[in-house]
Amino acid sequence: MNIFLNGKQIITFSQSIDALRCEYGFPEGSITILNGFGVQDSALSENDRVHILEKGTTPDKDTLEELLYARHTPMIQDKFKKACVGIAGLGGLGSNIAVNLARTGIGRLVIADHDTVDPTNLNRQQYRIRHLGMYKTDALKAELGEINPYVEIINVNRKVTEENAAEIFGGCDIVCEAFDNAECKAMLVNTLLEKLPEVKVVAASGLAGLGSCNDIRTRKIGSRLIICGDGVSEAGCGTGLMAPRAAVCAGHQSNAVLQLILGEI
Amino acid sequence: MIKINGKSENAALGKSISEYLEQSGYKANQVAVEINGDILPKAEYSQRQIAEGDTIEIVSFVGGG
Repeated sequence: MNIFLNGKQIITFSQSIDALRCEYGFPEGSITILNGFGVQDSALSENDRVHILEKGTTPDKDTLEELLYARHTPMIQDKFKKACVGIAGLGGLGSNIAVNLARTGIGRLVIADHDTVDPTNLNRQQYRIRHLGMYKTDALKAELGEINPYVEIINVNRKVTEENAAEIFGGCDIVCEAFDNAECKAMLVNTLLEKLPEVKVVAASGLAGLGSCNDIRTRKIGSRLIICGDGVSEAGCGTGLMAPRAAVCAGHQSNAVLQLILGEI
Repeated sequence: MIKINGKSENAALGKSISEYLEQSGYKANQVAVEINGDILPKAEYSQRQIAEGDTIEIVSFVGGG
């Protein structure tokens, strides 16, 4: 029968994944994936897409991409791959958004921040001890490279301002506002919506503290602006920024990005 | 009818956006304002008067990220 094994079309008489594994000389215990989902063994049908990966080896670019296509379905993954998403600010929101979008296989990410990693970031941001003192752009690019090395990362190691925001994010379909400061948030959202008539903006407001995560939600405002957060929980003394709500809000923003790419919201 | 953040606000008729923001306790440098689906440029806050039929969304940002 006709099968796609690790992205290549083959003809086989093997009736199961395990038989196919033996036929092609992969060792016992290899990772076996049928049509995007991990399986122990399974019968094969015409035109199945099978991936067999030896444990502990790094799949090449084509295989990794094939896996994303299989898992997310080709029509959807094609749209993700063609998308360019900007992330302004690489703190608790931006670093988590970048990780989510890299895992999803967004084609190109423009990540912007002028700051370096310091110890107060480690309670909620996607950095490690070894990143302390590094520029956030460089540290995050290294992290993303270990998650999905095939996403194109454009590093912008500059402070994003009213003057340069349109130039930095001009090529993006969607930009995530992930700043800390309320005035900077408003500045970026206003500037992008005024100066880039095609771009959509996914912003955040209200995620500090330990209130219920259920209060964090996604709201669409007009045709080009999405706001995630509870709208009120401001960071301050006694209401610090914590990992769970930062990650939940970043998850809302990341999901809104994917929905926008697919035209679902 | 005038709608602001989903609520009927007919008393806002004729006020500029700047006036409305100030009276309602918003900080003008921490908001984004959409009128009838379009972003209102900051430079127009003082001239743009709230008119009959306007649907206005005022997004107020709080710090944290």
